[in-house]
Amino acid sequence: MGSVVKTFGPITAVNGLDLDVPSGVCLGLLGPNGAGKSTTMRLLTGQAIADTGSIRVLGHELPRNAKAARAEMGVVPQLDNLDVDVTVEENLAVFARLYRVRDVPAAVDRALAIARLTDRRRARVDELSGGMRRRMLLARGLVHDPRLLLLDEPTVGLDPQIRTQLWSLIDDLRGRGVTILMSTHYIEEAERLADEVAVMTAGSIIARGRPADLVAEHAGRETAEVFGPAGELAALRARAEDAGLRVRPAGPAIAVMGSERAPDGLLPEYAVRRAASLEDVFVLLTGEEAE
Amino acid sequence: MSDHPVESDGEATYGVRPPTTDGRRQPPPSAPATAPGSREQIRVRRLDPAAIKGVMSREVANFRTFWKGTTFSSVLEPIIYLLSFGLGLGSTIVGEVEGVPYAQFVGTGMVATAVIFSSALPAMFGTFVKHHFQNTYDAILAAPVDVEELVTAEMLWIGLRSGVYGTVPLLVTIGFGLDPAPGMLLVPLFAFITACAFAAFGITVAAMAEKIDQFNYVTTLGVTPLFLVAGTFFPISGLPQGLRIAAQLNPLHHLVELVRHAAFGFQATDLLRVAFLVALALVLWRLAVARMRRRLID
Ligand SMILES: Nc1ncnc2c1ncn2[C@@H]1O[C@H](COP(=O)(O)OP(=O)(O)OP(=O)(O)O)[C@@H](O)[C@H]1O
Ligand SMILES: [Mg+2]
Repeated sequence: MGSVVKTFGPITAVNGLDLDVPSGVCLGLLGPNGAGKSTTMRLLTGQAIADTGSIRVLGHELPRNAKAARAEMGVVPQLDNLDVDVTVEENLAVFARLYRVRDVPAAVDRALAIARLTDRRRARVDELSGGMRRRMLLARGLVHDPRLLLLDEPTVGLDPQIRTQLWSLIDDLRGRGVTILMSTHYIEEAERLADEVAVMTAGSIIARGRPADLVAEHAGRETAEVFGPAGELAALRARAEDAGLRVRPAGPAIAVMGSERAPDGLLPEYAVRRAASLEDVFVLLTGEEAE
Repeated sequence: MSDHPVESDGEATYGVRPPTTDGRRQPPPSAPATAPGSREQIRVRRLDPAAIKGVMSREVANFRTFWKGTTFSSVLEPIIYLLSFGLGLGSTIVGEVEGVPYAQFVGTGMVATAVIFSSALPAMFGTFVKHHFQNTYDAILAAPVDVEELVTAEMLWIGLRSGVYGTVPLLVTIGFGLDPAPGMLLVPLFAFITACAFAAFGITVAAMAEKIDQFNYVTTLGVTPLFLVAGTFFPISGLPQGLRIAAQLNPLHHLVELVRHAAFGFQATDLLRVAFLVALALVLWRLAVARMRRRLID
């Protein structure tokens, strides 16, 4: 995507976005609510048309060739849109047909196996648990064996345990060489799954790179968290910033980044020093508290 | 705008660059990245029958979960009407209308009633619910299907279903003593064409509505008058001239006439009636596609 702009009336959802996803990579699109992640996904499927800018997906020019592009990509939406009264396998078969798969039963079997839902194939979708429905959405996006997979917040609102299950499924896919663009506002998800992370806020990408590189570049090696009364923290923050360090709020505490470079005596002894994290980068760049 | 330089060509290209990763994500050479043979180049063309069939297969899968109730009421309803109106009114008050026993007059007319209520209303409510509450269309349009194919498939499905259910009152009337006639074999076709027009109308209304209660206006001001001034329960010829002329624009009236003529003898003007219904269906189909495109593509 190059210089893509998309507005909804007064709202600019995507603002001069430049993004490319190299083949075989899992790119995490990390951004707070309303950053424009879902809109970006819809632009890539041709379900939204950009005001300006150019978009190419798998060699197809959009929006003109959106249908051909969609044939080669799988989409796992943020909102559950399965047919709830219909069985798992029927849901998948319908999409296999929409994707013009030649051998529908074989494609359904394969997708069920990937999502580990084979034993529930005859269940109606509304009999499935929330985690199974998410896996089912994943299976549906994979029924035609796409080269590119768009995952929009694949684990939003799930229990930690189920989230871990889903992560391992997505990790399997990376192993198969599927190119993945995954949006998320969970730092941990991006850290675990993404080869590269693009931090998105207010409709554009403000930083991009491998998680470790981003951390090194923006947050340094070590972060010190300091708890204390608000007044003291404010004073400390001012002193740290004078010394050229970046500081962010961290719940009740403040986090001083690059604390390995702090002058002696700046940080109190009770400061908790830890390795810098992607969360530090995210909060620093977006100004939002992380989840 | 970015802290990082944009990739040289500034657009997404796949399969050109090697992964920029540390290599641990490379697929093992033994495992093929894709299942061989399952990937097919789809032909991208307008109104691809495969896309339309796919969307209809989704409707069929859903319909299988509720067909019993629909069938039950579509059979029972004309029976009740025929018993109360046809036999009740017919044997006591009316007797014959236009030379036909009243029960047969109402029974043939009810094909049109069955058609409008099994097409316009399901199209309106179904489309709205699938769009606003179930996000069904979002899912379908993420596959290689476009709005034109989606709307066409939805319209054809409702048309087919309604073509079948619309014929039920005729069968019931035969059960009540109407003589079968070869022309009746065309009734499902007439019902299908009319139902497509009403389905497209319903889809258009749903695409334009913001809230589901707005449908009340459409049913009260649109559907009910069409249904009453179609000549189902009483002949149009008894109405004031203004309404008689208005009835000529009512597709349901033409359907009523076509069905009666199928039972009691066609007339030359019936060809015009069919042409009118086909033209109406085509116009409303294009309108539905345009309004849905505006609604579904941001
Ligand atoms: N169809 C639409 N009509 C009007 N505004 C829209 C539409 N879709 C998105 N927006 C607006 O565009 C902005 C970006 O929305 P988007 O859904 O892309 O964000 P997101 O990053 O996916 O957020 P979330 O994490 O909440 O899913 C928001 O301000 C949203 O309100
Ligand atoms: Mg979103």
